[in-house]
Amino acid sequence: MEKVVFKRPKYIKKVPFHYCPGCGHSIIHRLIAEVIEELDIGEKTICVPPAGCAVLAYDYFDIDMGEAPHGRGAALATGVKRILPDKMVFSYQGDGDIAAIGTAETIHAANRGENITVIFVNNSCYGMTGGQMAPTTLLGQNSTTTPGGRDKDRDGSPIDLSEMLAITKGAVYIERTAVNSIKNIIKTKKAIAKAFKVQMAGLGFSLVEILSPCPTNWKMSPVDACEWIDDGVMQTFPLKIVKDETS
Amino acid sequence: MTIKPKKGRIVIDSKLCKGCYLCMSVCPSELIVISTELNEKGYYPAEFTETNAGEDRKCTGCAMCAVICPDIAIEVYRG
Ligand SMILES: Cc1ncc(C[n+]2csc(CCOP(=O)(O)OP(=O)(O)O)c2C)c(N)n1
Ligand code: SF4
Ligand code: SF4
Ligand code: SF4
Ligand SMILES: [Mg+2]
Repeated sequence: MEKVVFKRPKYIKKVPFHYCPGCGHSIIHRLIAEVIEELDIGEKTICVPPAGCAVLAYDYFDIDMGEAPHGRGAALATGVKRILPDKMVFSYQGDGDIAAIGTAETIHAANRGENITVIFVNNSCYGMTGGQMAPTTLLGQNSTTTPGGRDKDRDGSPIDLSEMLAITKGAVYIERTAVNSIKNIIKTKKAIAKAFKVQMAGLGFSLVEILSPCPTNWKMSPVDACEWIDDGVMQTFPLKIVKDETS
Repeated sequence: MTIKPKKGRIVIDSKLCKGCYLCMSVCPSELIVISTELNEKGYYPAEFTETNAGEDRKCTGCAMCAVICPDIAIEVYRG
């Protein structure tokens, strides 16, 4: 008997994504929905989407959602989780959102050990607004605000937000993964599942940073953008468990 | 008794496909090609070459194409 071995997960609505061809946001949405389905937590999960390309995430996830102002995902998730401690609450944030305008909220939520999860999508630029430099933009990387490439002396060096958060006492699990290959996609899904379980066990602040292709602003084909994550982005942001104090 | 080897097959929803061709880049048997006809969105969608291949298919249903497809345009069947 023939069996379906891969299909759209239950918690992603059957509507087309507005994301560009080859955009990592779409893959990450699907992985989150697969984890929610496998853990059977669709009725108790609340997502806090960001300002950024994922601003319309509530059109895709078939779960409860509450949009945060730009950068304030961890603050809003804090409020939701404190009022509804039995829910599984995660914010979904881009690198511009979390590592520029939202730095303060994020660091203090981690430091307080808020029992929330942050999904941090690092595509090394401000995608939605047209590819400006983000704090995570690589040295030498072209962006509309760093024509000719990001320069250390003029623009500062890329910020490793995950390492910064790891030094707070309240952060218990932080891992950096990527969605540029089958192997890395599978690892990313495992990391998301672990982060959600850390929260459900009441252990404290968890975050998964996911290196994600933005072929449009990187001005690359989707296949080349995935290769660039290996050859370029990972040289600055190596994949690793940044912190794990869960066992 | 001869054991029939497991066969797979995929169905690509050409309306959802945005022509990123990540699926083509991962299929171990190169069973996906670019269609010659534009879809409604204006992309040349990916096309499975074994849709009408009957039992002679090379597709194993490994699902790698579907795992990397950003637009959830691929369903995979095995058996
Ligand atoms: C208070 C405020 N300031 C600025 C903006 C404009 N804005 C929208 S998205 C964005 C950056 C998005 O970049 P990122 O968080 O990396 O998300 P991506 O689109 O790359 O996924 C900015 C500056 C805004 N919406 N609100
Ligand atoms: S601009 Fe970049 S991040 Fe935004 S949808 Fe397009 S590819 Fe994705
Ligand atoms: S399921 Fe595997 S073998 Fe079949 S088309 Fe997809 S990648 Fe190729
Ligand atoms: S990966 Fe998906 S969206 Fe991209 S070409 Fe293949 S079927 Fe189309
Ligand atoms: Mg970004």
